[in-house]
Amino acid sequence: MAEATETYKVGQHPDLPPPRSEVGVIGWVKYNLMSTPFNVIMTLLAIWFLWSIIPPIFEWAVLDSIWTAESRKACWAKMEVPEGAACWAFIKDRIGLFIYGFYPADLRWRVNLSFVLMVLAIVSVLYENMPGRKFGLWYAVAFPFITGWLLVGGLGLTHVDTDQFGGIMLTFIIGITGISFSLPIGILLALGRRSKLPVIRVLCVLIIEFIRGVPLIALLFIASTMLNYFLPPGTAFDLLLRVLIMVTVFSSAYIAEVIRGGLQGIPNGQYEAADSLGLTYTKAHLLIILPQALKISIPGIVNTFIGLYKDTTLVLIIGMLDPLGIGRAALADAEWAGLAREVYIFVAVFFFICCFSMSRYSLWLEKRLSTEN
Amino acid sequence: MIEKLKPEPAIQSSKDASKIIIEITGMHKWFGAFHVLKNINLTVSTGERIVICGPSGSGKSTLIRCINRLEEHQEGKIVVDDVELTGDLKNIEIIRSEVGIVFQQFNLFPHLTVLENCSLAPIWVRNMAKVEAEDLALKYLERVQIPEQAKKYPGQLSGGQQQRVAIARSLCMNPKIMLFDEPTSALDPEMIKEVLDVMVELAETGMTMLVVTHEMGFATAVADRVIFMDEGEIIEQKPPNEFFHNPEHERTKLFLSQILAH
Repeated sequence: MAEATETYKVGQHPDLPPPRSEVGVIGWVKYNLMSTPFNVIMTLLAIWFLWSIIPPIFEWAVLDSIWTAESRKACWAKMEVPEGAACWAFIKDRIGLFIYGFYPADLRWRVNLSFVLMVLAIVSVLYENMPGRKFGLWYAVAFPFITGWLLVGGLGLTHVDTDQFGGIMLTFIIGITGISFSLPIGILLALGRRSKLPVIRVLCVLIIEFIRGVPLIALLFIASTMLNYFLPPGTAFDLLLRVLIMVTVFSSAYIAEVIRGGLQGIPNGQYEAADSLGLTYTKAHLLIILPQALKISIPGIVNTFIGLYKDTTLVLIIGMLDPLGIGRAALADAEWAGLAREVYIFVAVFFFICCFSMSRYSLWLEKRLSTEN
Repeated sequence: MIEKLKPEPAIQSSKDASKIIIEITGMHKWFGAFHVLKNINLTVSTGERIVICGPSGSGKSTLIRCINRLEEHQEGKIVVDDVELTGDLKNIEIIRSEVGIVFQQFNLFPHLTVLENCSLAPIWVRNMAKVEAEDLALKYLERVQIPEQAKKYPGQLSGGQQQRVAIARSLCMNPKIMLFDEPTSALDPEMIKEVLDVMVELAETGMTMLVVTHEMGFATAVADRVIFMDEGEIIEQKPPNEFFHNPEHERTKLFLSQILAH
């Protein structure tokens, strides 16, 4: 670097460009992969490891896999080595079950329409820059009712019992209901727990601690069996609705604690500044405290949501068939028995895509909301 | 008797009409068992500029925070602009919207831009239209000489700039009284002046100001009255000239010798 060796008068030294080894691809590789001999060895080992596992997996899942066959035997007959590759024909054969559960085939357009409406609602809620977002938000509020009507029927549509719901559709129903209702309820519980009124505070603490202290499976069993004892005889109370309530309540308790953590991270000065301007409790919280507390809590909130979303698979214990339940049921079919790998990989990939999207969205949101330099 | 010490008549007459805007009588406050304010009697007229000083822990911040009820007093009476401060939430909100306070740590809202910080209260407390509130905010940002920072977030500003935004934010509510709680104590030395300049200019507009500060230069230049507090009591109150050159009490003398020594 000829320039760096030049001498400048004191007080007149200009900013010089950094040496090439500090920036760009070379700099990155040097500092991240090759900084010490140990690091070099680790890098080489990692490359060797990836090289030895990725091609076989790729061959099994993609190159050699079979996409059309009548049965397991037909599938294996098509392979060079029986059982040597994935038989996706099985998933393809059962895809209707995986998506719609036992929803009547001729009414599945209602589910498809709901999926489309769901995507619109999600986009309206999540993307602030969407044109016409104000309308979009009102639509998102109406969405659960529209979809509820579409899926269950009534008012001119053929009625479908909720015990025919299943598969991915069921996961979406439970997951999205749980997520969208547990956030506001969790916020209220968190604020209630910090209330100055002892009655409200004690009540919120009791709810939160009871719900957190009981496993979700136990709550689901309560929903499926015991709730009938508590309700007046003759009340028919839909099982799915009971599950939705239990899942929502369960995750609300966790959200409440996450948000309480966020609220504690807000300096007292923010409350004082809001108060000193004459804002009421409600306005101070809506405009000043909650936006900041929720922002701090994003990682924890999304963590809870991801947990909730995956916990929806627990409903198979009380006889509801989510994708995992559908898969297990499908494996019992003699025609296809033995293809457990394909089923579980398919289910895992489905959940991974959903959860990974949530995780990326939360990172994006954190970045967007950051107001530091 | 200390509590009988009345402001000098000369000070009173220097103010026109001198309507009494704050009246504190026999006020006491405890933090748990700690008696932090003892028998405070203080009368402030419209347009008066008061500097409160004293050693740390003397209760001076607590005193001004009682005036907009960020702290609750347990005994005595505080009347601000003819409204007595009691547990009545409506009254408290009215008083707070007419009494601005500037904090040591600025306490700007970090998730809002400078402009939003200033226009928030006019919009949500005064029900002002957004455009109007933003015009108002810009007007006061110009007055504190940082209109060009309006779109930035507080975290992107220097301490001095943040404190000036905090002053503008309070002024946007068009307050009758401004309280300053050690406004320059958290600032780097080179930024103190820009904040004090804004405060001096504000004083010249005739704003009623109560300032807790150790900036004795500011007190000399601006204050009508300097109040010295120690251990929760008002020990002495005098015009700055007399206060600095002719303090009456031993504790005042000791305090002045300590802060003026360097």
